[in-house]
Amino acid sequence: MSAFALILRREFGLSFAGGGGPALAIGFFLAMAALLPLVVGAEPGRLAAVAPGFAWLVLALASLLSLERMFERDYEDGSLDLLALGPAPLEVIALAKGLAQWLSTTAPLAVFAPLVAIGLGAAPSLAPISIAAGLVGGVSFAFLGGVGAALSLGSRRGGILTALIVLPLFTPPVIFGAGAIDACAAHLDWTTPLLLLAAYSLAALALCPFAMAAAARNALS
Amino acid sequence: MIPALLNPERFMAFSRWAAPMLGLIALVLALGGLGLDFAAPPDRHQGYSVHIMFIHVPAAIMSEVAYVCMGVAAFLSLVFRQVLATAAARAAAPLGAGLALLALVTGSLWGRPTWGTYWVWDPRLTSELVLFLFYAGVMALELAIDDEARAARAAAILALVGLIDLPIVHFSVTWWNSLHQGSSLTTPGALPGVYLTPLLMMVLAYLAGFGALWLVRIRAEVWRRRAGALALRGAAA
Amino acid sequence: MIAHVQVEGLALMRGERTLLDGFALTLAAGEAVALAGANGTGKTSLLRAIAGLLPPTAGTIAFSDASGGEIPPEDAIARDAHLLGHQDGLKLSHTAGEEALFQARWTGGDAASARAACERLGLGALRGLEVRKLSAGQRRRLALARLLASPRRLWLLDEPLAPLDQGQRTGFGAVMAEHLAAGGLILAAAHDPLPVPARTVEIGG
Repeated sequence: MSAFALILRREFGLSFAGGGGPALAIGFFLAMAALLPLVVGAEPGRLAAVAPGFAWLVLALASLLSLERMFERDYEDGSLDLLALGPAPLEVIALAKGLAQWLSTTAPLAVFAPLVAIGLGAAPSLAPISIAAGLVGGVSFAFLGGVGAALSLGSRRGGILTALIVLPLFTPPVIFGAGAIDACAAHLDWTTPLLLLAAYSLAALALCPFAMAAAARNALS
Repeated sequence: MIPALLNPERFMAFSRWAAPMLGLIALVLALGGLGLDFAAPPDRHQGYSVHIMFIHVPAAIMSEVAYVCMGVAAFLSLVFRQVLATAAARAAAPLGAGLALLALVTGSLWGRPTWGTYWVWDPRLTSELVLFLFYAGVMALELAIDDEARAARAAAILALVGLIDLPIVHFSVTWWNSLHQGSSLTTPGALPGVYLTPLLMMVLAYLAGFGALWLVRIRAEVWRRRAGALALRGAAA
Repeated sequence: MIAHVQVEGLALMRGERTLLDGFALTLAAGEAVALAGANGTGKTSLLRAIAGLLPPTAGTIAFSDASGGEIPPEDAIARDAHLLGHQDGLKLSHTAGEEALFQARWTGGDAASARAACERLGLGALRGLEVRKLSAGQRRRLALARLLASPRRLWLLDEPLAPLDQGQRTGFGAVMAEHLAAGGLILAAAHDPLPVPARTVEIGG
């Protein structure tokens, strides 16, 4: 088994340990969805207009929740030292961690989010584009989130610091994804924003592992 | 000149005269720019509020320039591990954040008479807000890590990630704004020539002012490190 | 295969503090060196520096093989060195067998060698248990298992035997002796004497 496959399998397995993978993030999602009508008012028109965008935003936020297990756990129990002395460079390990994060958290959320949006009154016809945006955009959220998680290793403020670092970086994918969903709702061209989202996600997939590895090395030194 | 500046001794000698001189240049240009500004006739569309433009636009431009400066310093500090580069990156962050904040506040004040509200999601203001958040993230990260060397490196990595992301943020915000036909801060069409000269002077004034303040802050950082090293040596003796 | 480690003029800093300055060390195949010194003097940092995790502020760390040819540090560390720090690097939710298997595979061993290593260290019966159910001594032995399971020449050990009782230490001493006899190198930071003959090097002070 190649080193990459080995570490990917391990990371994926660990994502589901102690809390059942996306269960926590899904719970957060439901809680936020329950709050939205209380804030916006329950009249169906208003809720339905806001629901798809809201679901997309909460998807971005929810993917921040499980970031600490990307690096912090390994850093705390000494596993990161072991990983650093293995056959694969930290960049490859970072890639595996990002993919595992996407597979175990943001991708399941991407499928779940449209259901919640429909529950809040969004048109079911928006479900396919929401799922597509969620799956593609989820790569950005997972990998950019990983950069934030690696940078805040050993810091005193952990979760909220990671959120502050990562949320401004989320701006482009949030805009493109919301743009795709909005365009679909207005029967306009949704392919352009979706392609922009895909381009951003690919760039994140390619470049973030380098930043994650540099940050991890910094934390280990 | 850059390699020479990377040597702390030569830098201190250089900045000793360069910083006050830049400050003086900044003052002269600012006075000149503002003077010309008030001498010019009020704008047809915006009336007296156009004066804010001379504070806002240079601030916005410089907040971006400052980020690039910070990014370059961060890159040099990561690659060459030069103490001066690290000091320069750390010194630039609050200056840039301050400029971004100034741009946001003055932008909001400028918009008030034109649109009647204190804030609109104009692409430039929105980008400026995200830029401010980038600065906030870099500064927060540096403060949150106890080990100074590690904190500086982490902040440098983040600054570089932000530098790469910044053009994309601009693009995405502009693209989004074009879809929603939001309002724009500046009226379309070329700026009347009578405004161009004072605006240019103000931009140069901000540039010189930033340069002066940056040099001063780097000097302060160098002194702080020297004092710290002396204290440690004294304690060990 | 690493046969010689040469450290010269090494300077290490932790934050603003200088831990080591102008430090030198030689380690040859079949040798064990024990690092001695008070806490916080730089023993852990030295081990991490040799492991490539802590960049030194000055000096060189060189690895060479039996014929004297130089081995690039990245290769040496990635393929031929074990680092065992204060922590065990074990995931509590996995079973001992799973952890031993991963650690072995990750560092160049396989399922068979992982199983054999567990047996040798008296963990055979515990392999099905979750790590969270093991005692500190058992977890430490599990972490030590990868040293046996993967044939890497250089062992960098930080307080390796702390939670083990005397009988277990003697047992591991035999393992260490075998490793040295086969041409291995051991560099260990330990407060108590190692269960194998070792040259002592003082750090700090």
